[in-house]
Order: sequence, then C-alpha cells, then structure tokens
Amino acid sequence: MKVAAKTANEAMAEAMRQINPDVVAAYPITPSTEIVQIFSQFVADGLVDTEFVPVESEHSAASACTAAAAAGARVMTATASQGLALMNEVLFVTAGLRLPMVICEIARTLSAPINIHCDHSDTMDQRDTGWMQFYAEDSQEAYDLVIQAVKITEEAFLPAMVSADAFILSHSLQRIEMLDDKDVQNFIGEHKTPFSILDTDKPITVGPLDLQDYYFEHKRSEAQAMRDAGKVIEKVFSDFGKKFGRKYNLIEEYKMKDAKRAIVLMGSTAGTAKEVVDTLRADGEKVGLVKVFAFRPWPTEEVNQALKNAEYIGVMDRAEGMSGFGAPLFTEIRSSLYDENKNPDIYGYVYGLGGRDTTPGDIKKVFDDLKKVENGKKLDRNNYLGVRE
Amino acid sequence: MAKDLIEIRWHGRGGQGAKTAALLFGEAAIDTGMYIQAFPEYGPERTGAPVSAFNRLSKKPIRLHSGVDSPAIVLVLDPSLLNTVDVLEGLGKGGILIVNTPDSPGDIRKKLSVDPGIEVYTLDASKIAMDTIGLNKPNTPMLGALAKVSDILDYKKMLKSIEHKLKIKFRGKPEEIVTKNMEAIKTAHEKTKGEG
Repeated sequence: MKVAAKTANEAMAEAMRQINPDVVAAYPITPSTEIVQIFSQFVADGLVDTEFVPVESEHSAASACTAAAAAGARVMTATASQGLALMNEVLFVTAGLRLPMVICEIARTLSAPINIHCDHSDTMDQRDTGWMQFYAEDSQEAYDLVIQAVKITEEAFLPAMVSADAFILSHSLQRIEMLDDKDVQNFIGEHKTPFSILDTDKPITVGPLDLQDYYFEHKRSEAQAMRDAGKVIEKVFSDFGKKFGRKYNLIEEYKMKDAKRAIVLMGSTAGTAKEVVDTLRADGEKVGLVKVFAFRPWPTEEVNQALKNAEYIGVMDRAEGMSGFGAPLFTEIRSSLYDENKNPDIYGYVYGLGGRDTTPGDIKKVFDDLKKVENGKKLDRNNYLGVRE
Repeated sequence: MAKDLIEIRWHGRGGQGAKTAALLFGEAAIDTGMYIQAFPEYGPERTGAPVSAFNRLSKKPIRLHSGVDSPAIVLVLDPSLLNTVDVLEGLGKGGILIVNTPDSPGDIRKKLSVDPGIEVYTLDASKIAMDTIGLNKPNTPMLGALAKVSDILDYKKMLKSIEHKLKIKFRGKPEEIVTKNMEAIKTAHEKTKGEG
C-alpha cells in the first residue's frame, strides 16, 4: 500500500497500469484525455505489455476493444461525453456479444450547448446498452472501482463503465491509497475466456444474423445476466473488502437507520451531501442519504431496504432525462418503492447540469423542502436546484 | 462545515503557475499525512487571462466537492489582478491575504480597504523570481510566503517535499532549475513582510 496524490484521471490511469490489459484502443476527449495520455506514456516506457491502438474515433475505439475481447483479450479504454455518445452503437454490440470490457468514464455533459463540465447526461444516455455502470465519489473510489470492475465484467459476462465526475474529480488532486502492483494482479487473476474467435480447436461464430427465431432468447439471457450481475458484484466487492479493507456495496447508506428524511444521489456530490447530513444531525434532525454505486444493474432490494423507514425522499439527478416527467434516478427510485407497503413521498431534484456548482446550501434546501412537506406544504413533484428561472 | 478544514484560493494569470503552486502545496501536505484537494477553476484558459486555483487541507478525509467560497488564505500572484478581480471575496475575519507586489502591506490594505480582521502580507515575488530563476514565475516564491505566514505545514518538510516534486517535474532538464526554484522559495520566505 502506498499513499499518493492523484486526480481521478491519474488514479484510473494508474489502475490501468496495474491491471496491464492486453489491448487498449482509445481516442482522447476532454476531460478524460489525461487517462489515455498517461497510459500511453506507460506503454512507451515499457511499464505495461498492452497493445495500444491509437484509433481515429471513439466508435473505432469501442469496435477495436470489442473485437479484441471476442479474441479473448482483457480490454479497456477511457472516454467522456460526446466520445461515449459516439461509442453508443458499438456498446450494444459488446454487451449483446456478452463480452467483458471496462471503460474509465469521465462524466461530462452532452452538447448542445457545448460545455466540457460535469453532469451525468453521457452515462444516462447509455443506460439501456446492457453495460454495468458504477459511479465514484472521489479518486479513491474511481481507482478501487476500476480494479474491481475488471473482475466483475469477466465474471458477469457483461461490460462495465466506471464513472468519475468531470473536473470535480478528474482534475482534482486528492490523497489516495494505492495497492501494490502484485496485489492488483493477484486480485484480478488471469483472464480466462471460455470462447475465443482465435481458438481453432473450438471454433465459434461471433455476430451472425439472429432473426425472429433466436434474437429474443439471446436478449432474454442478456437481461438475465444483468439481473444476476448484482450477486457477482457483491462477491467481488466482498473479496476486495476482505483483502484490502475497503468494502463496497451496491449502495452506500449514510446515517439512514432512523432517518425520516433522506436524499438519494450518485457521484461526487454525495460527499458534499454527507457534510450537510452531519450538520443537520448535530441539530438533532433525523436525516440521511443513500449513495448509489451501481446504477446498472439497478439494486432494487438494497434501495428499498435502505429507504424502508424514510417518509420523505429527495432524489437528486445530475441529468435531466428530458422525459417531461422525472429524471432517470428519480423514476427508478419511485418505481422501486411502489410495491412497498409504506408509500413514502418522493420528490425529484435535477441539479448541477453543465458543471453548475452544487453547494452545501443547495443540498440543505432539499432537506428543508422535505421538512416543509412534512409540515403540510405542497411541493412540485419534480424540481430544479440552483437554476435561474 | 468541518472546522478543521482549511481552504486556500490562488489568483494568477494563465501561465504564472497558480495551479502548479496549488498542486505542489497539496502534495507537500500529503507528505505530512494530511488529506487534501488541489484543483484549478477550469474556464476559457489563455495565457494572461485571470485564473484561480484552490486547496483544501484537513487532518481528516475531505468529502466536500463543491467550490471553495470562503477561503482562510488568499494568494495573489499578479498585482494587476487587484484592479480587476475581487480577491477579497469570501475572505472573512481571521483571514490572510498574501500579494505579490513591491508595495507594502499597508499600501495594499488601503488600496483594497481590507477589513481590520484580515492580515495582509506582501513580497516582490516577481523580482525574487527574476533574480533567482531568471523568469517572472512568481508561483514558487509564493509557496515560501505561504509557509512563512501560516503554520499549516512544517517549513523544512515542505521544502524537502517540493524539492522532490520539482525534480520529478523537471526530469531531463538542467538540475539548476530545481536549485533556483528552491532558492526562490527560501528568499521569499525571508522577505515576506507583514504590518507592524
């Protein structure tokens, strides 16, 4: 173990070096460029054995990685925003072929208007691709989740993206604890693939036409893999926790035990929100928060268990969703809790679009709103935090 | 918010090294066992345009990920910014202002109408940088000033850490770049002046 100062970009690049993937095909895009830049230096310095493919677009990056994964390689890439959007077509292919792959993703908003800063629009745009999604609160989590994602993706036969917030994490230097190179290698183990297009003794066909007769069954089994992935993730998180002392769960509960009012959110703002919970708790207020690590697969049981005593819930989304109703996390939470005996009152808050700063005061406003509801005041079902109306 | 949290804001112009100074100070703090954040404000960056960078330092893990709006210490790397940027924004009683200028702390206090509860320090960091490094790079001298007026880091430990980081940063370049920067920090540490 070594203490180091790393931005999330640096931390993820270091994780990639320690993982030493077989193939990395990548194309740079702000604010994830540094991940690829630092990693390509590792390649040039001979610190990794990786075949580095400097492709001409993110579409090609995803295609080259997917093809290499089909040949049995351990593959990784990094991207953000428009880059992830350009990968979209191929991401369905990676997942549909049930191939393991990890993307180090920096959560940046999508055009238009053009903006390089943080929100979760880019990953929300990919939520139906069949990729697992993990959201980090800080550099440490980004580093830990990338290492664990390698094992998860190979055991779940589904690809995974680990997301860290643009600039807030990608370019903020923080203290992290890095594992020893050999511990990372021992943890992830050797990548063994049951099928490979290069295995001439056991020839397979990858990507043939699959019409009315079998397409549905293949999609059904892919859906089942996503349903079963939660157990795989928990097992890997548990192994990691036992070995290295940092235990992750599908969700993190913070002071939820007797919390009457709760907020649910993902990513870096969860840290800011914990400070607000502590301040309000010091004043005797029964508040708590739930941070979602794994948005895909969606952890219904864990979310319902964590929120079972909460009566007023504010769900904070860093993406609009443009549904005309609620944003993505809000609709998931509300839908999950629908079957519970107690029907909590749930409100949506879209916040921080395009990197708008989300302050402790903004988060306190959510808790204050929920208190007003408790006292009989009416509140719109869906709200915006920190926007000029 | 947590009272043991120290927040610092650096004002500079693109190219003067405000971000590098924040990173070096943050890394030095990690070497003494502290938790830190060091981050610049990303906007349309151009050489010469006003930029800012920030530090958070604490003995405990830092969870805040919002912007720094009430710093305890503000450092100004370019005196011309005093006319265009509100460098005192959010700086409260007990705060510290450090300015790179040939002017005295009293002059700066008068010019900006600084609250009596805020301490003002000045040094001619540009001259120190020109005399030692040979370039107007006031960022490393400002680190010397910061070490002098605050007790966040042990000065000797900070010097050792920064020397180590500069050796890595300037790997492949003449070693005198590191020596000259270290001299700049030490000279600034001596020459930083307060009032009275």
